[in-house]
Amino acid sequence: MTIALEVRHLSIDYVSKRQPLKAVEDVSFEVKQGRSLALVGESGCGKTTTMLALMRLLPREGRIVSGQILCNGVDLLQLSENQMRQYRWQRIGIVFQGAMNALNPVQKVGHQIAEAMVRHEQRSWKDASQRAGELMEIVGIQPERAQQYPHQFSGGMRQRVMIAMALACKPDILIADEPTTALDVMVQAQILEILQSLQKELGLAVIIVTHDLGVVAEVCDEVLVMYGGKTAEYGTVADVFSHPLHPYTRRLLQAFPDIDNLNSTLASIPGHPPALHDLPQGCRFEPRCARKSALCNTVSPSISELRADHFAACHHPEEGNYAN
Amino acid sequence: MQIDTPSPVLEVSNVRKLYPISGGLRQFLRQQGSSFVHALDGISFRLERGEILGVVGESGSGKSTTALSVLGLINPTEGHIMFDGQDVNQMVRSRDRMKLRRQVQMIFQDPYEALNPRQTVYEIVAEPLEVHHIVRTKEEKTERVKIALLQAGLKPPENYLKRYPGELSGGQRQRVVIAGALVLQPKLLVADEPVSMLDVSIRAEILNLLRQLRDEHGISILYITHDLATAGFFTDRIAVMYLGRIVEIGKTSEVLKDPIHPYTRALISVIPTTKQDRKQKRVILQGEIPNPVDIPSGCRFHPRCPAAIDQCRDVDPQLDVKNGRHPVACIRADET
Repeated sequence: MTIALEVRHLSIDYVSKRQPLKAVEDVSFEVKQGRSLALVGESGCGKTTTMLALMRLLPREGRIVSGQILCNGVDLLQLSENQMRQYRWQRIGIVFQGAMNALNPVQKVGHQIAEAMVRHEQRSWKDASQRAGELMEIVGIQPERAQQYPHQFSGGMRQRVMIAMALACKPDILIADEPTTALDVMVQAQILEILQSLQKELGLAVIIVTHDLGVVAEVCDEVLVMYGGKTAEYGTVADVFSHPLHPYTRRLLQAFPDIDNLNSTLASIPGHPPALHDLPQGCRFEPRCARKSALCNTVSPSISELRADHFAACHHPEEGNYAN
Repeated sequence: MQIDTPSPVLEVSNVRKLYPISGGLRQFLRQQGSSFVHALDGISFRLERGEILGVVGESGSGKSTTALSVLGLINPTEGHIMFDGQDVNQMVRSRDRMKLRRQVQMIFQDPYEALNPRQTVYEIVAEPLEVHHIVRTKEEKTERVKIALLQAGLKPPENYLKRYPGELSGGQRQRVVIAGALVLQPKLLVADEPVSMLDVSIRAEILNLLRQLRDEHGISILYITHDLATAGFFTDRIAVMYLGRIVEIGKTSEVLKDPIHPYTRALISVIPTTKQDRKQKRVILQGEIPNPVDIPSGCRFHPRCPAAIDQCRDVDPQLDVKNGRHPVACIRADET
C-alpha cells in the first residue's frame, strides 16, 4: 500500500511573550492509502495542533520548528502558500470540529458543498451542484435537501454535510477533527459507519483526531497516543489496545467504561495533564505515573520500537501482558 | 443511607409537558396534525432515598425536560412531581419555594461556563449561603464553604478559597460546581451530563466523588445522560427514554445485561468498546428521533424499530412487567 501522508519529527511551538510553548515535540507517523490513523489524547496534548499543521492552518502564533510533512514525496512545509492551496481540499479534505457552527447559516447546504468545487476545481455552478447532490447521497442525505438551510438539519445531518463538503474535490486524505463529539451515541455510530465505508470503498486515508478511545477502537487501524505534546505510544489499534506498553495508555484504557464488566471500578488517573508553560523536565507523564523511577524525573524517554511495529516512549514499559 | 423511611425522595407520576407552537409555524404544522411539542408524554418513576437513577436517552428524548420539571423550573402540563412528600409545583408557588431551591441542587454540564470567571472559589461557593440567609457570622460562612470544598475533594480547602476558575483544571472546576451545590446540604442532586465535557482520565474521578456523596451523606442523585456506559458504572437503576416516554426501567445490571426493548438493545450495541475481542454485531438505527410535534402512531419507536410488526403501528404500549422481569413498553416484550 502506498503511503498517503508521512510526518517526520514534527515539532511545533506557540510563540508567546515570555517563552515559546512547546505544543508538539518530535511527532512522527504515517498513513497508508485505504487505512485510518487516530490521533488520541486529552485536551492540551497537541493533537489538534498537529492536525492543523498538516493543513498548514496553524494560528499566527504557531511555528513549525522542525520536521517534514510528506504527501506523495512532496514536503508540504516547503510549498508556497499558493501551492499549498492546491493541496487543501483537493488532496486533503477536512471535517472540522463542531459541525453545528462550521456551516454558513444563511446559505443553502447544497450551495455550500458546491462552492468548494467552484473555487478549487473551476467547475461551473451547475456541474458542481449536480456533484453536490451525488455527494449528499454518498453520506446518506436525500439530495432534495440541498435546497435547505443548515438550521433545518439536525447535528448528525450537519456533520454529514461537512463530510460531503470535505469529499467535494476528491481528496486522497480525509482528516476528521472530533467527528462525533457532541453527537448522540446512535448518530455517532452512523457517522463512524460512513467514515469507515469511505475509507474502504473510496480507498481514502483517514486521520481521526479524537479524545474518545471508543471511536478509535471501532474505526481505526492505527493509533498514535499523545501526551503533553509528545508521542506516548504508536502502533496498530489491536496491539496498542490489547497490549498497551505505555503506562498512560494502560491507565487511559482502564478509565474507559467497559459495560461487559460493570463490577470493575472505573479507574481515574490522578493529577492532570502538564501545562505547556510548565512541562516536567523528564518524562511528561512522570508526575502521574505509578511506574516511575528516579530516571523518569530527569531524562525524557525517547520513542523506540519495543515490539514489531509497536512504538512507545517509556523507560519502564508494561511488557508483561504481551505474554498472555 | 436512610432506608428506614418508606417514602421516596422523589415521585414523578404521569407527567406530561406540552409546548404549544404559535403563529406562522402553527399554520405550517397544521398539515402535520397537532400543534404541540410533546416534550414529556406521561412519565412516572420513583427515586428512593440514597438512590442513583440514570435517565438515559438521545437528544429530544425528554431527559432534560424531566430534569427541569423536577427542579420546578417548568410546570408540567399534567401530572405531579412529589419531592419529599410535597408537590413541587405547589412548593414553587408558596413559601416552600426556598426549601425546594435549597434541598434540590443542580449540577450543570459545562464547568467552563457555569462558574463566574470574576468570582473567587470562596465567593462562588458562599453565594448560595447568602441567598438563603443560612449563616449568621462570617466565620460560620467560611467554615461551611471549607466543609463543602472538602466534601467535593478539593483538599486542602484553604488553597482554593482565593483562586479564580481560570486557574483551575476542568475537573477542579466541576468540583467547585459540586461544592456550590453541597454547601446547602441538599437531599437531591440533579446532575445533567456532569462529565461529558471532561477528559476521560478525570471522568471517573467525578463520578466516584458523586457516588461517595451518596454513600456518605445519603444524597439521592438523578443522573441525566446520553451515555449508557458511564450510567452503567454509576447508577443503581436506569430509565431509558425515547420521545417523551420511559420505554424501559430497571436495575442497572438487569437493563444492561438483559435489555428487553429493541431501542435499549440497539443503544447498548453501539456503545463503543476498547476491547478488541468484543466487536459484536451493532444495530445501527437509521434516522434520528422523530420530531416531537409529530409523534408516530402506535408505538412511537416503530418507524425505527428493527423488530416492528404490523400491530406496532396501532398499539401504543405502556410500561408493563412481563415474566417477572423489569418494566418495559413493548408489545413483543415476552418474545425476547
